[in-house]
Amino acid sequence: MTGKDIPVRAGLKTRRIDVGYLARVEGEGALMVDVVDGELRDVQLKIFEPPRFFEAFLQGRELTEAPDITARICGICPVAYMMSAVHALEAMLGIRPDEGIRRLRRLLYCGEWIESHVLHIYMLHAPDFLGFDDAITLAREHPDVVKRGLRMKKAGNDIVKLLGGREIHPINVRVGGFYKIPEVAVFNALLDELKWARDAAAETVFWAAGLDIPNMHRDYEFVALRHDSDYPFSEGRIVSSRGLDIAMAQYPNHFSERQVPHSNALHSVRTPGNTPYFVGPMARYNLNRDRLSNATRNLACEVGFDRTVDNPFESIVVRALEVFQAFDEAIRLIDDFIVPARAAEVVPAGGGVGMAATEAPRGLLFHRYEVGEDGLITLANIVPPTSQNQLTIEQDLHELVAGNLHLAESELTVLCEQAIRNYDPCISCATHFLKLQLRHG
Amino acid sequence: MAMPARPRLAVFKFASCDGCQLSLLDCEDELLSIAERLDIVHFPEASRRMLIGPYDIALVEGSITTAHDRERLTEIREQSGFLVSIGACATAGGLQAMRNFADVSDYARTVYPHPEYLSTLETSTPIADHVAVDYELHGCPVDKYQLLEVVLAFASGRRPQIARESVCMECKARGNVCVLVAQGQHCLGPITQAGCGALCPAYNRGCYGCFGGKEQAQVGSLIDHLRVHHGMTLDQARRSLRAYNPTAEPLQIIALQCDKDDVSGSKRGSGGHDG
Repeated sequence: MTGKDIPVRAGLKTRRIDVGYLARVEGEGALMVDVVDGELRDVQLKIFEPPRFFEAFLQGRELTEAPDITARICGICPVAYMMSAVHALEAMLGIRPDEGIRRLRRLLYCGEWIESHVLHIYMLHAPDFLGFDDAITLAREHPDVVKRGLRMKKAGNDIVKLLGGREIHPINVRVGGFYKIPEVAVFNALLDELKWARDAAAETVFWAAGLDIPNMHRDYEFVALRHDSDYPFSEGRIVSSRGLDIAMAQYPNHFSERQVPHSNALHSVRTPGNTPYFVGPMARYNLNRDRLSNATRNLACEVGFDRTVDNPFESIVVRALEVFQAFDEAIRLIDDFIVPARAAEVVPAGGGVGMAATEAPRGLLFHRYEVGEDGLITLANIVPPTSQNQLTIEQDLHELVAGNLHLAESELTVLCEQAIRNYDPCISCATHFLKLQLRHG
Repeated sequence: MAMPARPRLAVFKFASCDGCQLSLLDCEDELLSIAERLDIVHFPEASRRMLIGPYDIALVEGSITTAHDRERLTEIREQSGFLVSIGACATAGGLQAMRNFADVSDYARTVYPHPEYLSTLETSTPIADHVAVDYELHGCPVDKYQLLEVVLAFASGRRPQIARESVCMECKARGNVCVLVAQGQHCLGPITQAGCGALCPAYNRGCYGCFGGKEQAQVGSLIDHLRVHHGMTLDQARRSLRAYNPTAEPLQIIALQCDKDDVSGSKRGSGGHDG
């Protein structure tokens, strides 16, 4: 900066918000906002989480190793990674597990949605709405609320632990099915707690709908899976609110990733227009409301959510509705338990190309593998939900900051952080996220 | 060092999946009382409150993969009374340490169209390679009850009571049938640090070593046995040793031996995929 610039800079009204390390998100990221003379210049979501190169070191590994290895991309949603991997590889090998395995996989996914969503609702997002730093301080004033959340979270984790062996990086998932099918009696033992938790989830929906929710509406392209009969987990077609309706394997023809200098995460866009899109609970909900259980739909009607949700701050209510749906389905899956004919289908020799997308708690998670005839992976491509939402988050922030420049620095910072958390971003996943710097200069 | 009545706890993250620090939030029954016993002053994954040091106990997750992180770690060490590294990334480089055996620029080109935007080191290394570490807790992920034991032990001014035996001991205690002897599965239980509760054998699969190499493990003997009697190929041996804890010393030595055998033309298996 030269001396000549000083009078020019002094003439400009400049502001700087600087959150060096964004809290209550998974992973490391920052936000930079430039405001010059009252005009918003630029918003950059910076992901400085260092890259771990999963797609590179998957090359040369056996295809059967992919579920356990890709689980390590994310400690919060390992089941999603395992499921996208097994579905992609089973599609490649022509393996079709029976209805018993299919139902157990849905049950496992219910457990992960509950554990991840309840963590986000109560421990990461709610403190923003209520003006606390974290769930610990929230618990001092609202102990019953936080205790309810912790107990619900535990009920979700108990499903994952029973079926997966442990809560984080489960060990019981394999290409073809499971290593071991637990006895039906141990699932039945969960039922009483799951029924308590379903009621607690309904209370959570009313509580979340009663929060002071900021108002912002944008015209998004929502993208999610859609299945013939069920709320989507791992099966169906990829659809959007603007008419996209494709088989999973067509994903690469309609979406692409690009790299920007300020981020270690790749940004995904819809092609050919390179436009942003929106994945996650709101996208699933808007595209699949007719696939919710009757009990979930009735609950949604009671809180005025039997409609398209286009305010991202309302995502906390949608997440709560999905938690209710997941407990409701988990109970049904246990009531209608089908013992699989075998724990796993045999994995035949051979290779090829396999693709699948499943609905991670944060949204669509796409995996694509190329495998040699020796069963070794030659190419892997993984597109996590947060990289798909990144452009949309930046655009939300643009609109939010531009409309709220009158706010004090600290209020604007809190609002930006809350807006980012609407997406429950997982930076560890996206770095194949956040530090807020509002730079007025 | 004298521990105050309510020690200041900090949680830091380097290259990792967040799973080990999540273990603390997964202590649903204990979390609120932990927050009474200790003052959690820096835990960005859980709180906006990020206080500066000094800290009585620092939990460090993740491996060192950038020059900036190396500097940040040095500052954390200076600010911390006891520094505990948690999980496979922090204690043995993590899966991302597979780059240590490859050319990292090839890796960057595989994942990123513009690798020049990245700044990353050639290697992923454990915390103890850079600063003095007071305790290492193994596992990918760590066991949450072991994590609680470590935190509460340091808070009380005693050494943690963590068994340093092999997975085999836990397997026998659990009453599992040996999946290696009875089913011929490629089980790494004999050379792997206990702590998981012999989870994989209890679910009918061989241990894949996510808790890392047990101290003084006879890695070579096990690999020879699996190769001679249970059809493990040289490539499979190398892959199983270079996975979740690639820099763990006993594993690394034998993996290097596998590299040498490969060069000298020792016989290779067909490499089927039996999981």
